[in-house]
Amino acid sequence: MSDATLSTGDAAGSHPTSTPVRDFGIRRRRAAETRFKVYGLLAITIAVCFLVLLMYSIISKGITGFYQTEIKLEITLDEAVLDPDGLRNAPNPESFNAHMFAFKTQMALPRIVQNALLEELEIDPLDDELAPLAKRILSVNAHFAFRDMVLENPDLIGGTHDLWFYARGDIDAFLKGAISRDTPNEIRQVKDAQIEMLDQLVEAGRLEKRFNWGLITQTSSPYAENAGLSVAIYGSLLMMLIVLVLALPIGVAASIYLEEFAPKNRFTDLIEVNINNLAAVPSIVFGILGLAVFINFAGLPRSTPIVGGLVLTLMTLPTVIIATRAALKAVPPSVREAALGVGASKMQSVFHHVLPLAMPGILTGTIIGLAQALGETAPLLIIGMDASVNRMPDGPLDPATSIPSQIYNWSRASERAFVERTSAAIIVLLMVLAMMNILAVLLRRRFERRW
Amino acid sequence: MDGDILSILFDNIQSIGGLMLAVLILGLIGYFLGVTRARAVRARGPLHSLPSYHGAFVLVWTILPAFLVLAVWAAVQPGLVRSAALAEFPQEVLADQTRTDLEYNVVEQVRRGLQSLSEQQDAQVRYGLREIRGALEEQGSVLASELTDYMVDAGYAARAEDDSLSFWRTVVILAIATIGLLGAYFGISPRRRARNAVETVIKGLLIAASAVAILTTFGIVFSMIFESLRFFEAIPPANFFFGTVWDPGFESAGALGGDATGFGLLPLLWGTLYISFIALLIAVPVGLFSAIYMSEFAPPTFRAIAKPLLEILAGIPTIVYGFFALITVGPAIADFFQSVFGMTVSASSVATAGIVMGIMIIPFVSSLSDDIINAVPQSLRDGSYGLGATKAETVQNVILPAALPGIVGAVLLAASRAIGETMIVVLAAGATAKISANPLEDMTTITVKIVSQLTGDVDFTSPQALVAFALGITLFAITLVMNVMALRIVRKYREKYE
Repeated sequence: MSDATLSTGDAAGSHPTSTPVRDFGIRRRRAAETRFKVYGLLAITIAVCFLVLLMYSIISKGITGFYQTEIKLEITLDEAVLDPDGLRNAPNPESFNAHMFAFKTQMALPRIVQNALLEELEIDPLDDELAPLAKRILSVNAHFAFRDMVLENPDLIGGTHDLWFYARGDIDAFLKGAISRDTPNEIRQVKDAQIEMLDQLVEAGRLEKRFNWGLITQTSSPYAENAGLSVAIYGSLLMMLIVLVLALPIGVAASIYLEEFAPKNRFTDLIEVNINNLAAVPSIVFGILGLAVFINFAGLPRSTPIVGGLVLTLMTLPTVIIATRAALKAVPPSVREAALGVGASKMQSVFHHVLPLAMPGILTGTIIGLAQALGETAPLLIIGMDASVNRMPDGPLDPATSIPSQIYNWSRASERAFVERTSAAIIVLLMVLAMMNILAVLLRRRFERRW
Repeated sequence: MDGDILSILFDNIQSIGGLMLAVLILGLIGYFLGVTRARAVRARGPLHSLPSYHGAFVLVWTILPAFLVLAVWAAVQPGLVRSAALAEFPQEVLADQTRTDLEYNVVEQVRRGLQSLSEQQDAQVRYGLREIRGALEEQGSVLASELTDYMVDAGYAARAEDDSLSFWRTVVILAIATIGLLGAYFGISPRRRARNAVETVIKGLLIAASAVAILTTFGIVFSMIFESLRFFEAIPPANFFFGTVWDPGFESAGALGGDATGFGLLPLLWGTLYISFIALLIAVPVGLFSAIYMSEFAPPTFRAIAKPLLEILAGIPTIVYGFFALITVGPAIADFFQSVFGMTVSASSVATAGIVMGIMIIPFVSSLSDDIINAVPQSLRDGSYGLGATKAETVQNVILPAALPGIVGAVLLAASRAIGETMIVVLAAGATAKISANPLEDMTTITVKIVSQLTGDVDFTSPQALVAFALGITLFAITLVMNVMALRIVRKYREKYE
C-alpha cells in the first residue's frame, strides 16, 4: 500500500490527472479484497452446509421412525380360552383382570396370536423350519399387546376380529429399506424365507405402516418396536418444572441484589466472578457435584428427576442471572429516579417499576436457559438417569430418564431398528427446543422496549 | 366428629411437607389478619407503613422463625433416631463400624415399613401373630437381608423415637408459628416501621439467593477435593498426574494394594487436547471469517438470515452432535479412507470427534468474535478508509490487530468449551486410552472416562470410582484457568474502548 502511494507521488507530481502509474497495484488490491470476501462467504457456507447436513442426516434417518409396520391379523377370540367362566361380565372387573394376568392365560396368549399369523401364511405350526421364522415377524411382546386389547375391550371375546400387531424391529427396518435385500442371507437379520412371507403379507394387504404413537406412549424396552419416550418425556417435564420453580426466583432475586442493591465490595466481586465462571464450567462437572452432594451426601435416590432437576437448576442459574441482569440494566435510571422521586422506597421502585419492565427480557432468558437444560445429557448420565426405566414413575423421587439421556441410551443399542428410533427421538427433542426458542423470540419481539 | 377432623388434620401435618404447608397457611391467615387490623388502626390515625406491609410483617414473623427451627430440627432428627435404634444393637455389632452401618440401613427399612403397616397388621405383628417380613412385603417393601431379633427391636425403637420426635416437632413448630403470629399481630401500631422490617427481610433473601452461586462453586470444589483426597490416599498423586498408562481394571480386582499404576492421566489429557486442537482448527478459521464477513462486508439482509442460522448450530444439544458423529461422520470418514486409500480405519476416532466438535463451536467463536469486532470503534475504520485502504486491508491491518486480544479470549473460551465437552467424545472418540499422533485412531478423553467410571453399578468407595473425582477436579482446574484468563482478557479489552 505504501509502495503504491510513493510511486504515485514520484510519477505524477502535484497533478494527479491521467497517469497509468496510479493504477499500479489497484488490480492486486481489488483481487485481494475479493479473495477476502470469498473466504468469508466460504466460511459461512461451510457452517451452513454443516447445519444442513446435520439436519438432513437426522431427519432422513428419523422420519421413518414416526411410522411403524403393523400386521393385521384375523384373530378368533375363543371364549373357552380367554374367559371360560364369563368373568368379563361379572360385577367386579378385578376377577377378569386377574384371570387375564393368570399364568395359564399368559401361556395361551402367544399361541393365539402366532397361530393367526401362521394360518394367514398357510404354514403348518409344526413346521420346524418355517414356523419359528414366521413367529419372529411378530413383536416379542405381541401377546401382551393382545392382552391389553382384550382387557380394554372385553366385548371382543367370542368373535373374530381384525387386530393390529407390531412387527418386530428388524422386520420394520427391512420394510423401510434400512436392511438391504442384497445382503447375503447368512449375515442378514431378516432371512430369505421371512422376506417371502413378508411379500406374501404385503400382497394380502396385511402389512401397513401406521403412525407410531408408541414412540411417545411406550416406556423403555430392549425391543425397538416397544421402546418409547413416555418415561423420558415425563422425566424431562418434571425436571423442567423443578428448574423453572427454583432457577427463576433464585436467579431473579440474585440479579436484583447484584444489579440494584449490592455495594461494590469484595463479597459482591466474588459473586460476580463466580457467576461468570459457573456459566463456563463444563456441564459434566455439575453432574459430579450432584453425585457428591445430592446423592452421596444428602442421600437422595439415584436416577431420579429431583436430583436431575436440582443439578440442572444449578447449571441454568448463571444463564438466568446473566439474562436478568442484562434486562435490569436495560431499564433506564430515569424510571428508578421517578419512582424514588414520588416517595417510593428503593425496594418499591425495584419491585413495582423496574422488575415489571424487565420481565420480558427475564422470561426470554429463562426460556433459553430452560432449552439449554432440556438438551443437557452429560450431568444426567453421572447421576444415573441413563437407566432403562420400563415403569412410569410416580413422582420426582422415582427413577426416570430424560429425552436426551434416552437418546444416548438408544444410540448405543446395536440393533438397526434403534437408529431410526434414536433419530426420531432427536427430531422430537429438536422440535420442542425449536418451539421454546421461537417462543422466546416472539416474546422478545412482542414486548421488547427500546428506551 | 369435631375431634375426628382435628385428629385427621394433625395426622396430615406430621410430615415435614404437611407441616410446612400448615405454617404457610397460618402465615397467610396472619397476613390477612394483619392487613385488617392495620386498616382498623389507620382509621383512627396515620400509619407509618401501608397495611399490606403490616400484613407482610405478621406473615414473616409467623413463618420465618418456624422454618428456621424446622430446618435445624430436620437436620438433627435422623441422628437422634439412629442413636435410639443403635441402643438396641448388641455390643459386638457396634464395635464394627461398617457392619453397624449396613445393619442400620436394614433397620431404617424396617422402620419405614412399620410406619406403612395398617393398624391391623401392626397389631398382628406386635402380638407375634405373624412374621414381620410377610407383613412388610404385603406393603410392598421387600427386605434385602435377614432380620435378627435385635434388628426388629431396633426398628421398633427407631419408630417410637421417630414418631415421638415428629409429634413434638409438629407441636413445637406450630407453637412457634402461632406465637410469632400473635406477637406480631397484637403489636401492630401506627409507629411500627413494618415496611423497613419487611424490606430488610427481603433484602436478606436476595443476598441469600446470590450466595447460591458461591455455594455452588464451593460445593463443586469441596466435594471434588474431598473425594479426590480419598483417591490419592489409595493412589499416589505422582502415579495419577504423570502416569502414562490408563488401565484401572475393575473394582473386583481389589481396591488397594494391587496395581496402582493404571491410573495415568496423561493419555486422557493427550486425547482431550488433541481432539480440542482439531476442533479449534476447524472452528477458529470458519468462525472468525464468518464473523468478519458478517460484521464488515455482508449486506443487512444477508446478515439477518445467516446469523440466526449460525445460532441454530449453537442451540442444538450436544447429544445430537454426538449421534451425528457416530452415525454419519464416523462411517463417512471410514468409507472415504477405505475407498480412496484402501485403509481400514475405525469409525470412532480423534478426527471424527474433533470435526464434529469443531462444527459445534463455530457459532461460539463467531458470535464472540462478532461482538469483539463490533466493539472496535468506528473511528479506527474511518481513519483507515480515509487513508485509502480497502475494506479487506482495514480488517487485516487495523481491526484484527485491535481486536486480537479479544479474539484470543474468545478462542480460549471456545477451547475450554471443547475440553469440557462430553457427549460427542463419549459417542464418537472411542474408549482406548493411548498417546498417538495419528488422528485416525480412536482415543479417549477425560470426560469420557469420568462418564465410564461413574455409570453402571458403581462402588463409590473404590479407587476406580474415586478416580473420576480426581479427573473432574483436573478438568475443572484446566477450564477454570482458561475461563478466568479469557474473561479477564475480554473484559480488559472492552474497557479499553469504552
